[in-house]
Amino acid sequence: MKGMTIIVKKVTQFIAPIIFIFGLYIVFYGHLSPGGGFAGGVIMASSFILQILANGEILDKLRQEESGLEFLESGAILGFIIIAALGLILSGSFVFFSNFLHNGVIGRLLSAGIIPIENIIVGTEVCAAITTIFIALVVYKDEVAL
Amino acid sequence: MEIYLIIMLVLMICGSLFSLHAKDLLSAVISYGIVGFGLVISFLLLQAPDLAIVQVVVEIVTLVIMIAVIKDTTEEQNKQTASFSHFVYLLVLLLFTIAFYLAFEKVSGGLSPFGQHVTRMATAYTYGVNTTGSANLVTGVVFGFRAYDTLGEATVLFTAVIGVLTILRLKGKKGE
Amino acid sequence: MIPFILCLILFLIGLYGIITQKNLIKIILGLAIMEYSVNLFLIMIGYIDGGTAPIFSEKFHISSYVDPLPQAMILTAIVIGLATTALLLAMAIRLYRKYGSFDIRKINSLKG
Repeated sequence: MKGMTIIVKKVTQFIAPIIFIFGLYIVFYGHLSPGGGFAGGVIMASSFILQILANGEILDKLRQEESGLEFLESGAILGFIIIAALGLILSGSFVFFSNFLHNGVIGRLLSAGIIPIENIIVGTEVCAAITTIFIALVVYKDEVAL
Repeated sequence: MEIYLIIMLVLMICGSLFSLHAKDLLSAVISYGIVGFGLVISFLLLQAPDLAIVQVVVEIVTLVIMIAVIKDTTEEQNKQTASFSHFVYLLVLLLFTIAFYLAFEKVSGGLSPFGQHVTRMATAYTYGVNTTGSANLVTGVVFGFRAYDTLGEATVLFTAVIGVLTILRLKGKKGE
Repeated sequence: MIPFILCLILFLIGLYGIITQKNLIKIILGLAIMEYSVNLFLIMIGYIDGGTAPIFSEKFHISSYVDPLPQAMILTAIVIGLATTALLLAMAIRLYRKYGSFDIRKINSLKG
């Protein structure tokens, strides 16, 4: 897959960071407004997909990125389980996934206990997963023997 | 309100029929987009903004992936000739239609009519804003009351990614 | 009751695609259409006439929200649907590279 023209590349340089920051906003405000980890994760992944489509593939670089993404994804799932286990230990109620932070005032950014942390973890995991799927489908498609 | 939903559903049915009967694969995939984006508008009409956000991004990513897959394939569309096996397929489809319709009748007898739902099971979730502290009730259900489901979902997503890599990657990572 | 029946029709169209189409990509499209219709059906069950989106605010009484439980279930199902569709497409790519066609009749005839 070849890259696109210089105009598309330049516009992508401006647009892709804005899409990524919008995804971060959706993730961080997931417990107050519509959105959350799933929506924000897919939006962040779409910013990476835009960059890959515009700049074309540099096979070796993408392959390195893919192994980094696998590490990120596994780490996110591990973090989710650690958060759940911390609830088991710290809350003193012996319940998996129990809330061990203060709930705070409803409607503030720092509220809802562990829900924002779980949102960030799930956002990371979904972003890594979907970017990995796209890289695999686009890069390894040409590599498969005829 | 209900009439807009019916219009969107009819549009989605037309789009899906055209998608399945299109001549080449590219127009099939693009008209499949009608179904997905019609679903987005239906979610907005049904007061589900979380789902609308997720669905619109997922639909775009799905279309990009599908077009990337079929872009370089040269596929001549075979003419569907009416043969004996075609009638067998239609007969099977008729039997499935009858079976699904009977099951639908059985199930929908226990449902409330459209728009008059009584939140029986979910009443505790609706009052859960004081328990979880999350102003968005859907996030409160996903990460608070039903966090086990989310853990399972993350595992399924991880398994799907490993499956895609296993199917597509021929050489080992070390490069033999 | 009419939206429920239209949803059933959409489901049956997806089933029709799976049974009668000969192209692997179109079979995947039929499967995805079935999944969408099931998602829409479950959201429709939870809808209340005149209800508002389930986001807490002082302005609305808490009993006027639509049901948040089906929305939470479908939220995860949509992302899983993307991953499973990608898995099916990966299998389709491998079959295309091996047999040079998406047609399942050609794939069948070369078997064994």
